[in-house]
Amino acid sequence: MAAIPDGPVKSETELEVKPDSVNDIAGNPNVVQGIGGTPKTSPSVAATVASVTPPDITDRQTLLAVLQFLKKNKLLESEETLRKESGLCLDNEEQSGSVDGGSVCATGDAEGSDASLLSRVSGVTSAPAAAAVTGAPVPAKGDDQPDVSVVLSAYSQQGDPALYQVYYSGLKKFIESVLDCHRAELSQVFYPLFVHMYLELVYNQHEAEAKDFFDKFHGDQECYYQDDLRVLSGLTKKEHMKGNETLLDFRTSKFVLRISRDSYQLLKRHLQERQNNQIWNIIQEHLYIDIFDGMPRSKSQIDSMSGSLAGEARREANKAKVFYGLLKEPEIEVPLDDEDEEAENEEGKPKKKKPKKDSLGSKSKKQDPNAPQQNRIPLPELKDSDKLDKIMNMKEATKRIRLGPDSLPSICFYTFLNAYQGLTAVDFTDDSSLIAGGFADSTVRVWSVTPKKLRGVKSAADLSLIDKESDDVLERIMDEKTASESKILYGHSGPVYGTSFSPDRNYLLSCSEDGTVRLWSLQTFTCLVGYKGHNYPVWDTQFSPYGYYFVSGGHDRVARLWATDHYQPLRMFSGHLADVTSTRFHPNCNYVVTGSADRTIRLWDVLTGNCVRILTGHKGPIHSLAFSPNGKFLASGATDGRILLWDIGHGVMIGELKGHTDTIYALKFSRDGEILASGSMDNTVKLWDATKAFDDIETDDFTAATGHITLPENSQDILLGTYVTKSTAVVHVHFTRRNLLLAAGSYNP
Amino acid sequence: MAEEKKQKLTNTLLPTESMKAIGESIGLSQMQEETCQVLSEEASYRIKEIAQDALKFMHHGKRRKLMTSDIDYALKLKNVEPLYGFHAQEFIPFRFASGGGRELYFYEEKEVELSDIINTPLPRVPLDVSLKAHWLSIEGVQPAIPENPPPASKEQQKAESTEPLKAVKPGQEEVQMHNKGQGTAATDAKGKDQKKLIEGSAMKLKPRSTHELSVEQQLYYKEITEACVGSCEAKRAEALQSIATDPGLYQMLPRFSTFISEGVRVNVVQNNLALLIYLMRMVKALMDNPTLYLEKYLHELIPAVVTCIVSRQLCLRPDVDNHWALRDFAARLMAQTCKTFSTTTNNIQSRITKTFTKSWLDEKTQWTTRYGCIAGLAELGPDVIKTLIIPRLQVEGARIKAVHEGPVVSNIDKIGADHVQSLLLKHCASVIAKLRSPPDNQEQYRADYGYLGPMLCTHVVKARSQAAIQAQQVNRTTLTITQPRPTLTLSQGGQPSSTSRTPSIIKMPNSITLPMQTLVSARPSTSTQPSPPPTKFIVMSSSSGSSSTQQVITLSSAQSAPTSTSPVTTTVPSLQPLVKLEPGGSQGTGNAVTVGSGVSRTVQKYIVVSLPSAADGKSQNTMGQHQLSPSSSAALEANAVGSLNNAVTVKLERPESPSNGNQSPQPSH
Repeated sequence: MAAIPDGPVKSETELEVKPDSVNDIAGNPNVVQGIGGTPKTSPSVAATVASVTPPDITDRQTLLAVLQFLKKNKLLESEETLRKESGLCLDNEEQSGSVDGGSVCATGDAEGSDASLLSRVSGVTSAPAAAAVTGAPVPAKGDDQPDVSVVLSAYSQQGDPALYQVYYSGLKKFIESVLDCHRAELSQVFYPLFVHMYLELVYNQHEAEAKDFFDKFHGDQECYYQDDLRVLSGLTKKEHMKGNETLLDFRTSKFVLRISRDSYQLLKRHLQERQNNQIWNIIQEHLYIDIFDGMPRSKSQIDSMSGSLAGEARREANKAKVFYGLLKEPEIEVPLDDEDEEAENEEGKPKKKKPKKDSLGSKSKKQDPNAPQQNRIPLPELKDSDKLDKIMNMKEATKRIRLGPDSLPSICFYTFLNAYQGLTAVDFTDDSSLIAGGFADSTVRVWSVTPKKLRGVKSAADLSLIDKESDDVLERIMDEKTASESKILYGHSGPVYGTSFSPDRNYLLSCSEDGTVRLWSLQTFTCLVGYKGHNYPVWDTQFSPYGYYFVSGGHDRVARLWATDHYQPLRMFSGHLADVTSTRFHPNCNYVVTGSADRTIRLWDVLTGNCVRILTGHKGPIHSLAFSPNGKFLASGATDGRILLWDIGHGVMIGELKGHTDTIYALKFSRDGEILASGSMDNTVKLWDATKAFDDIETDDFTAATGHITLPENSQDILLGTYVTKSTAVVHVHFTRRNLLLAAGSYNP
Repeated sequence: MAEEKKQKLTNTLLPTESMKAIGESIGLSQMQEETCQVLSEEASYRIKEIAQDALKFMHHGKRRKLMTSDIDYALKLKNVEPLYGFHAQEFIPFRFASGGGRELYFYEEKEVELSDIINTPLPRVPLDVSLKAHWLSIEGVQPAIPENPPPASKEQQKAESTEPLKAVKPGQEEVQMHNKGQGTAATDAKGKDQKKLIEGSAMKLKPRSTHELSVEQQLYYKEITEACVGSCEAKRAEALQSIATDPGLYQMLPRFSTFISEGVRVNVVQNNLALLIYLMRMVKALMDNPTLYLEKYLHELIPAVVTCIVSRQLCLRPDVDNHWALRDFAARLMAQTCKTFSTTTNNIQSRITKTFTKSWLDEKTQWTTRYGCIAGLAELGPDVIKTLIIPRLQVEGARIKAVHEGPVVSNIDKIGADHVQSLLLKHCASVIAKLRSPPDNQEQYRADYGYLGPMLCTHVVKARSQAAIQAQQVNRTTLTITQPRPTLTLSQGGQPSSTSRTPSIIKMPNSITLPMQTLVSARPSTSTQPSPPPTKFIVMSSSSGSSSTQQVITLSSAQSAPTSTSPVTTTVPSLQPLVKLEPGGSQGTGNAVTVGSGVSRTVQKYIVVSLPSAADGKSQNTMGQHQLSPSSSAALEANAVGSLNNAVTVKLERPESPSNGNQSPQPSH
């Protein structure tokens, strides 16, 4: 038996936006709208860039439904925006050239209208595609207004509502009676089945039955689905299903299960013997069963990977090659006259930022085989000041303390006093000279933690008087009168949920509930740009390690990649099923990782905009992410107080660190990657032995092919220390260049 | 995962009555039941949805509390106008009201007069956000500084003493090992080996607990112990406060405990009353410290305390010195210990009760010990008084009668009998007042309680009558002062009210913490406990030879001028607790009370009475009782004699040979 008989393979089609086409379409919004009423059908539904997988129909259905919804509610602006964005995406796909002449339009209402939207777009922009379209007659649909109901219509099948309980408990009985080794695997079916059966009952307006069904079986579900069940329990009417995002997601994205072939056969045989079509239909239509050959997985293996909103990641989703190596650092000659002997020692060495541990002899002149092309992503040119900073960095690095289990870092804790529960975000500069705090009262405050005070630039009139040729011109332009230890930046109109300094310390980013990301100048302490793209609260933002680019993610479930000099995003990473709660750049700037409230982590390729990794296993929204300095590993922390460690190259979980009792808001590796520091709401900073955590795995026989990892229960060995604060939740941790650990949080008595 | 507790999910709905009520409030009467049903379902669903969204904002706001602003943002997400003007920094004080079969939650909003707002001075501007740095850890070790939490929480200390294997965290242990090893690889390796053994748990090794003190801690310990038994009262107060509040003392606890128990042993033998008092105050302070887990050291502390209650002789001159106050104080400490630490496994209270009862029943027991036993029992609460003391009133009465009316044996016996009598009257009156119904008949009492009957009767009558009259009077704290060093004990007037006696409550009731108030007028900064609002002190001095003068310090609307002040220590029942003072060599040293001390060197009395002005509802009861019992004044009289002078300088060193003829009964623990 091959794979699953049903449905096309859902690809991770991502809404991808190329900067040039942004302006292209942005100029023609009216056209897009103008054609809105006359659907034409294009047979040429675009394929993905990779042109291996058929298009993602379900996503488009959602899109359409949302568009329709917006239109109905007269939310013209958002509709327009969405149209623009979605149109662009489709447009791009078509431009990529791989036109798949499938007969998608025939498959149904949804696809038809979907195609019509496509044709609208293609009619505007893409000539070759349009040519292919012309002449294709439009099969008239019963209602040419696609509706939200389309999305839900899959539930309209009717079974005897009274029998649902019988079906479910019959299956339950069966699964409980099978051999132990299969039971754990087959038990995975319970949760998605339960949800879909419940939704079916609700959709078909059997409210009483639905309630009974829920009450009877919800206790059987795994505890990590509690939050979703809570949402579900509130939903008792068909009307509620419209507009409930969680449910739309559940319907539109198939729940992915990984089951061994033997177990699957067992289930199939049972269902067919019993003629249990109701359940079989649900499995066929709403679940995606990823079958693998080999031993069934154990309960703990399954538990470690499940927990996300839409089941586990498909195996093929994590197959793409990821270049996780670091970029070669540009060579910088340290000027000889730069004083002391240190400079001489380091003269001529390549300025490696992180991998100090690379053997000094090889000098890593050769390219790391796992590293991406140096110019895969165009990076900003180094300025003189950047070079100076790198030299400084390198000097500091020579004084760096080698950390390890026997030499733990000292921790300096910065407590925000009198913040009255208002501190929402903290960031340190890389050289640890400045701290930025975002507050619930919409302000961003910047402190200098060195004796050097913060100064603004003089006014234009004064600047014109300065002798521009003088050596200390940079010093002269600063206004001594404005010197102070802290500055307040006003501009946002809602709580500031994320702050990030640019690597060169000239800029500060902040994102807020008001839906904007703002760029502040730390020379003038004013706002330079407000990036508007997210229409909903923006939860996190971060500058790329090389500056210029930054990423943001928010309640709209989309992460966006921006460049500071573009007011429109360069890329939009969409695919998460719930809020994007946390965003981080890979050290080589080629990838972006996002954590979400759908309890998955996704890694995105900045170049193509594709999702290259989906990591499941967290049981709660992910609030912190950190790459190891060598770019190979990722650590993530969630509301459930667990830290998970991932191997990016293989796309598998390699460790679980238990110990925190509340949300982990901060994670950071030491400069050499030996220690992982975590800070949590439970008022503790914990230090973990990262070397040990990674080594333990690598010595095991690595089942990367299947990804079925048995995690060692070694959290207690890896934990190196716990440091409790006095009622201060830890919001941020940061290693200085010399490996001193800085932590910050606000005191909440 | 699976072991995590599953909650029951239920789909709760707003009651339809609410819909009706809300409908009525906007003028829609006669809503149909069905309409209400539909509305309530819809409203419940929407509210849940909003609450779930609001949770997101809470998480991102890095808080544990949902705030009203979160709800506003969630509404904004849904494109709904937020609720304006509904802001609360903290929790929302929903009030609950029921009556007439209706239950109601409401938000209390007071009507505020605009002029009030305008006219009130502006509140202080809240402090601006500021940044403060401190060391959370230095090379893996958390320094014990005020910014960091106490090194070991009470739970941790408990875990350490009960389950040493589990309590040691790998990280911390390693750190400790490392510190000790300080670079020597051998010890390091050894430490690791040991750790491995422990982890292997094949052998259940109890890790060696180290009680090393850092140099700072040693210095601190020296300072504190010296101050506690030293001559300077101000220093002592500070030291005691430090013991009672400092969170990082647990490492020194074994030392303190030994210090106290050894100290008591030596000073009982030497009859050094002052030092015993100081040591008991240390015990008290230790018990007041909320961060200490004392259970481990009770075996040392309890014998010491019991010794101070029942020892046959506590001072050099039992006929003059007021060792009774010490016994009272220690008895209260004992009661507090029982209440806090007694469990079904250690049975402290019953063992203590047994000890007391046994030596009380013994015919040959001295009056002093007898007094201690009764005091110890009485402090344990009205139930104990009822079951153990009252039945023996007759016997005890006969004994007192024998002393009073028989041939005079010795003055000491007489004083002892007097004290026992007043103690019995004091404690029993209140209990009997509750046990018996009003008609108080002298004869009846005599029949029931023997010799003490008539006196009891008058006390009970007084108790009843004054309970009503003095309802507004509260708690008075009496301080006894010796002049050379303005030390001392203070004992609280009333016994802690009976309601607070319930043994299960661990939290110390207000009434118990009170006695530790130091003389506020002398050192305002050292008042350790949050004292009940304004306390008034009236200080009276009367020197024999000159006319008695009364002087009121600090404040006080002198409502009650004590009338009878007798220069000699007697048991004259007077309504005011008295304190007798004899100025020692140096006049007015360190005493803020600047009374006519220059008049004569003879006998001078200071009476310090504190009168809390505001009535405190809880303790009214207590006060009433106290007012009644004139004997208490006698009990509180402290005769601090000049002998204290030398007492203070005694350093506590190991006893060369503690004479084991030591009379202190030490309960086995």
